[in-house]
Amino acid sequence: MSTETLEAPVVKEKEALLSKRRKKFVTDPLNDDNPVTVQVLGICSALAVTTQMKPTLVMAISVTLVLMFSNLIISLMRNAIPTRVRIIVQLAVVATLVTLVNEVLKAYAYDMYKELSVFIGLIITNCIVMGRLEAFALGNKPYDSMLDGLGSGLGYSWIILAVAFFREIWGSGNVFGYPVFEAIGIENFPTNGLMVSPVGAFVVLGFIIWVQRTKTGYVEH
Amino acid sequence: MRQSNTYIIVFSLILTVVLGGLLSGVSQVLGPAQKKAVDLDTKKQILGAIPAEKAALQSMTPEQILARYSEVISSVVADYNGNLVTTNEKGEPIVAENVNIEKNYKKPVDQRVFPVFKYSENGEEAYIVPTFGAGLWDAIWGYVAIAPDLETIIGVSFDHKGETPGLGARITTDEVQARYQGKEMYDAQGEFVSIEMVKGENHSDSELGANKVDGMAGATLTANGVNSMLKNYLGYYQSYFDKNVRNANAMTLNNN
Repeated sequence: MSTETLEAPVVKEKEALLSKRRKKFVTDPLNDDNPVTVQVLGICSALAVTTQMKPTLVMAISVTLVLMFSNLIISLMRNAIPTRVRIIVQLAVVATLVTLVNEVLKAYAYDMYKELSVFIGLIITNCIVMGRLEAFALGNKPYDSMLDGLGSGLGYSWIILAVAFFREIWGSGNVFGYPVFEAIGIENFPTNGLMVSPVGAFVVLGFIIWVQRTKTGYVEH
Repeated sequence: MRQSNTYIIVFSLILTVVLGGLLSGVSQVLGPAQKKAVDLDTKKQILGAIPAEKAALQSMTPEQILARYSEVISSVVADYNGNLVTTNEKGEPIVAENVNIEKNYKKPVDQRVFPVFKYSENGEEAYIVPTFGAGLWDAIWGYVAIAPDLETIIGVSFDHKGETPGLGARITTDEVQARYQGKEMYDAQGEFVSIEMVKGENHSDSELGANKVDGMAGATLTANGVNSMLKNYLGYYQSYFDKNVRNANAMTLNNN
């Protein structure tokens, strides 16, 4: 699990600010409480964008940023938000952030924008985002909320990147668009069309959940 | 206090103004960069209709692409009857690259304008025309490069909004687009027939002939969309070719 090694320097950098309790906000969603494989949220985008790793990485970064900043903003406003309209307020904040991401992509990464804009827009409806806002940001301090958003974002990211890795390598023989099989001398690697279609994502995701639950012993109640 | 109606209304108003202001501000700031990106993308697609150019595009920087474009492409705009136009109904000058094909597509066909991009490089010439239509799920569009004989296709570049990955979305792959190279849009009798993508894949060349290309297995509906898109737009451009190219060459290729 590459993201766990990725995670280490981030944690060290902010060590003074990271008590054991806060560290758990970031590490829990990576495995034990993963938003995709355990809470089974955000599945739609995990299926839709994962045919190749490059767009998946952009999607992962976008979702993580939206999660962190919507958590931060809602947490800052949590004492001012009228309870009766809180869902609409959350939606407005998330929609604004998502539109910002989309506009920036359109200006500076137009190819990615063309490929992803539909799915970027759908981050608004990603259950992970609204779920974290309702469950965490409304009742916790801004910094903690941001860490929580980061944790959930990374948990989502490593799962969809793992799915994309298997789908791209089996479906088109590439990793990040680089033809790995040709590079090691296998010219006619038989690519599997099933992996390119959304069905392939279900299969890969199923295997990941299987392996993960075998290891953690998690049982659905 | 936090639950009173007045508080809720004031809170919502402030939130709306702040978020709305933020978004319109960002849109203003990023506007020029976005316009540039769209412009570059359009020019990439136009150049991409020429197979030799497409291969070179991969390794070019945006600046090089724009320079290359202005070097080898010149453009004009024609109306439905094939007459050249330079201004729109409001009297503003029309730039072929800025013509929005999708917006034009929604107008009645005789009110649309039709940009033509002329490619010329070392004596090699081509007419590149834009096409637009409906695929299975959403819009599809492309550019078709036609040889100076006005019959043979030099190359195509297709793009789409929401075709199924691995099936209809294959129209963006080089493999599928290469099938159009060298095909002809007139039949043996000299009638305009456009180019048709057949149902099913792996037909032999002799089976297909000059007017048909091999299909995409599992994506017949997208292929049908491509077929009607090509038939429509290549058809629309016939009047331009008749008036501005065939007549100018004093050739009478068409006999209707």
